[in-house]
Amino acid sequence: MKKSFKSVAIILCAAVIMTLCLSGCGSSGEKTTIRVYNWGEYIADDVIEQFEEETGIRVEYDTYNDNESLYAKIKKAGSDSYDVIVPSDYMVKKMIDEDMLAPLNFDNIPNFENIDPQFKNLSFDPENMYSVPYLTDMVGILYNIDETGKELTGFKDLFDPAYARKVCMLDSIRDAIGLTLKMLGYSMNDTNPEHIAEARDMLLEQKPNVLAYGTDELAPKVMSGAAAMAMVYLGEGITAIEEQPENMRFVIPEEGTNRAIDNLVILKTSKNKDAAEQFINFMLRPEIAVKNSIETGYSTPNMAAKELLPDEIKNDPNRYPPAEILEKCEIYETLPADNTDFIDAWNMVKAK
Amino acid sequence: MKKSFAAYPYLVWAIIFIIAPLLLVAYYGLTVEMPDGSMVFSVENFYKFFSSPIFMAAFWRSIWMAALATIICLIIGYPVAYYLSGSIFKNKKLLLLLLVIPMWMNLLLRTYAWLILLDNAGLINTLIKALGFEPIEFLYHEYSIVFGMVYNFLPFMILPIHSVLVKMDNSLIEAAGDLGANKRKVFFKVTFPLSLPGVISGITMVFMPAVTTFAISDILSGRTIQLMGNIIEDQFLRSDNWNFGSTMSIILMVLIILSMVISSKYEKENEGGGLF
Amino acid sequence: MSKALKKFYVFLVFVFMYAPIVVLMAYSFNDSRSSSAIWRGFTFDWYIKMLSDSQMMKALQTTLVIALSSSLIATIIGTLAAIGINNMKKRTKNAIMNITYVPVLSPDIVTGISLMLLFVFLRVPLGRYSLLLAHITFNIPYVIISVLPKLNQLNKNMYEAALDLGASPSYAYRKIIIPEIMPGIVTGFLLALTLSIDDFVVSFFTSGAGASNLSIYIYSAVSKKYNPSINALSTIMFVVIFLLLVLINSRSKEKTKKNVNY
Repeated sequence: MKKSFKSVAIILCAAVIMTLCLSGCGSSGEKTTIRVYNWGEYIADDVIEQFEEETGIRVEYDTYNDNESLYAKIKKAGSDSYDVIVPSDYMVKKMIDEDMLAPLNFDNIPNFENIDPQFKNLSFDPENMYSVPYLTDMVGILYNIDETGKELTGFKDLFDPAYARKVCMLDSIRDAIGLTLKMLGYSMNDTNPEHIAEARDMLLEQKPNVLAYGTDELAPKVMSGAAAMAMVYLGEGITAIEEQPENMRFVIPEEGTNRAIDNLVILKTSKNKDAAEQFINFMLRPEIAVKNSIETGYSTPNMAAKELLPDEIKNDPNRYPPAEILEKCEIYETLPADNTDFIDAWNMVKAK
Repeated sequence: MKKSFAAYPYLVWAIIFIIAPLLLVAYYGLTVEMPDGSMVFSVENFYKFFSSPIFMAAFWRSIWMAALATIICLIIGYPVAYYLSGSIFKNKKLLLLLLVIPMWMNLLLRTYAWLILLDNAGLINTLIKALGFEPIEFLYHEYSIVFGMVYNFLPFMILPIHSVLVKMDNSLIEAAGDLGANKRKVFFKVTFPLSLPGVISGITMVFMPAVTTFAISDILSGRTIQLMGNIIEDQFLRSDNWNFGSTMSIILMVLIILSMVISSKYEKENEGGGLF
Repeated sequence: MSKALKKFYVFLVFVFMYAPIVVLMAYSFNDSRSSSAIWRGFTFDWYIKMLSDSQMMKALQTTLVIALSSSLIATIIGTLAAIGINNMKKRTKNAIMNITYVPVLSPDIVTGISLMLLFVFLRVPLGRYSLLLAHITFNIPYVIISVLPKLNQLNKNMYEAALDLGASPSYAYRKIIIPEIMPGIVTGFLLALTLSIDDFVVSFFTSGAGASNLSIYIYSAVSKKYNPSINALSTIMFVVIFLLLVLINSRSKEKTKKNVNY
C-alpha cells in the first residue's frame, strides 16, 4: 500500500517537472510580447493567431466582464502590465482624465482612415488622441415571441405587470438606471437626484416582474424559455436570433437607447507601444474587422469592413439602425467622480 | 523541541502571507479615503454598515441561509457518514472517494449545471410539463441558494464526521450493548456524543464557505438575492470602495474568529487526514 | 432500518452529488451554442473546437502549472512545518495552529482581497508569480492539517528505537517517520491539488496579465457568452481524474490483498 502511495507521489512529481519545463520553454523566447485585455468572447476565433503568425509578436490575451472591473484591475490592483485594453466610451474618458492612457501615434495606425468619420472625435476623446473605435453596441430587448404573444416595442414593456417573473434585467448600473431615465423622458446622463430617485422607484416597482439580474447569461434564459424577455447587448440578441430564428426577436426600444462604443486604447505603462499600435492597426484591417463583427454579432464602425458585409447584415436595422432611431440614442457621459447617486440607487434596487 | 526548526520556513511564510495581509485589511477597514487620497483613521464604515437596513438585511440573510444549509447538510450527511463507517458496504474506501470526486469539477460549472436541470424550462420542468403538470419555479428563490450551498458543501460535512466515526473504539459500543442499551440508546448515548468533534468541524467547514459565498447566490438566484459576499465583491469590483469592502471583510472575520473559539473548545487535536 | 434501505439512502445522496455532473457531460455533446436544456442533436464539435481554442488551452496550462507547482511546494513546506509543529510545546503549537487555520476558515473572498492588498503594497505585479504565491499560501495549511494527525498517531518509540540502533536523526526520519506519515502527505498533496484546480475567488483577485486560469476563464466566458467547449474540457478532466483515482484505489486494494496472501 505504501509503495503505491510512493509511486503516485513520484508520478505526480514527474508531472510537475514536465509541466514546469513546458511552461518554461513556452515563455523563454526572445519575441516581443504584448498583453491584450478584452471583453470575453469579443473577438473572432483565429484573429490572434493570424496576428502572431504575421508579425512574430506574441499576444497574451485575457478577458473581463465589465468596464468597472476592468478599471478596478488596472487602476487599483496595480496590474499595469497590459498593453491594449478595450474600454467603452465613458470609461475611456475617465481613464484619459486620470492620465492612464498613452496618446496614440497614428503614423503607426494607417488603417484608422477606415473608421467612419461619425465615430471619430467623439465627446469622450474630442481630439481623438487616445482611442480607436473597435465595435459598437446598443442595449435592446430580446424576447421570445411564443411567450409574449405579441411584438414588443419599447422599454416600457419590461414594466408591464402582465409579465410577472418573466423579465431579465441587465445588472449594469448605467444601463439599468440610464434606460429607465430614458423611458421617463429624461436623458440617460441626467444627474438630477430627483430624476434618479424616480427611476429607482420605477425599478423597485418592477421587481415582481424580475426573474433575474445579470449580464450575458440572460440571453440563454430567454432562448430556453425560462424567461420571456431580457435587456441584452446587441451581439447577444443577434446570436440568439441566429441560433433560434423561429421564436427569438430583438428590438431597439422606441424610447431610444444607449449607444456604446468600445475602443482600443494603449495604457500609459505599456512597454511595447509600437507592437501594441501594430496590433490596433491589424484589428482595423477591413477583412479582420469584418470577421470580428460577424462572429460576435456587434456592429463595426469600420467603413471599409462594412462594405465587405453581406447585404442582409448590412441592411439589418438592428445592427445598423436608421437615422431616426439613432437620433434618439445617446452615448454615456462620464459621471462626476463624486456622484454616488447611480450606485446607491442601484444597490437599493438590487438589495431590496 | 529540537526538531521544531523544521517549521521555521513556514513561520516566515505565515508572517508574510497570512498575518501581514490581514493587517492590511484591518488598515483599510479602519480608515476612510479623503478626497486628496490620504487615509484617515475612522470607524465611519462600521457605522455605515450597522446603520443601513440594506446591509444588515444581507448580513442576517447570509447567516440565516448558511445556518439552514449547515443543518440540512448535517441531517443528510450524518447518516451517510455513519453508514459508510459501518459494515453495510464492502468497498467503503471507494465510496468515500466517489463522494470527494465531484469536488474536482469546478464549482462554478457544477452550479451552472443545476441550471440545466432546474431552470424554468430545464430538464425537470420539461418532464413535468410532458406529464401534464404545471412547471415549478425551482430557482430564483432563497431556498434555491440554500439548495446550492447544501450541494456544494455536503462532502465537507460527511468527511470529518466519517473520519471520527471510523476511529471510534468499537468496544465502547459493544460494552454499551452488553450492558443492555438498545440500538437507539447506544447511538444517542455513545456514538453520537463521541462523534461530536467531527460534527463540530463539519459544521464549521460548511457554515464558513456558505456564509461568505457569492458565486452560488449569483448563479442560482439570478442575482436577485444578495448575500454578504455579493456586497463585498461589489465594493471591490464595481462601487470601487476598498475601505468599505475591507470593513465588511473585518466583520466577516470576527464572525469566523468567534466560531473558531467555539469550535476549538470541542475540537480534538486529531482530525482530517482520513481521506485516502 | 433495513440494510437495503440504508443502501438506497446512500445511493440517493450519490445521485444528488452526480446529477449535475452527468448532465454537464451529456450537454457537452449537445449541438447548441446556448446553455438551454433543449437537446439539438449529438455532436463532437465542442471537443474539436476546444483543442483549437488557444485561450482555453492556455488557461488549462496555467491551471495545471500553478496547481502542480503550488501543491508540490506547499507539500514540502507544510510537511516540514508539521514535523516542526509536532515537536513544539503545547502553547506554541496551539498559537501556530490557530494561525494555520486562518486561511482554511477565512472566506476565500477575504483571503483573495487581503493577498491582493499585500501584493499591491509590496509592488509585486499581479500575474503568474502572485498567483503561485497565493495558491501556495492557501495550500500549506491543508498539508499541515493532513500530516499532523499521522504524526500524532506515530509510535514515538519507533524513532527512539531507530536512534538507539545507531541511525542518525535524519536517517531515522527518512526511513521511519516519512514512510509512516506518507499517507498524510499524499492526502495533503491531493487536497492541495484539488483546491488549487478548483479555486476561483482567490485567483480572481490575485492574478493579472497573462495569468488567467481555467476558473477565471470560465467565469468570464460563461457569464459573457456560454461556451460548451468548457463542458467538453471539464468532461475530459473529470473522466481522467475519476479513472485515475478509482484506479489507484483499486490497485492499492489489490496490493494489500497480495500482501496478506504472501
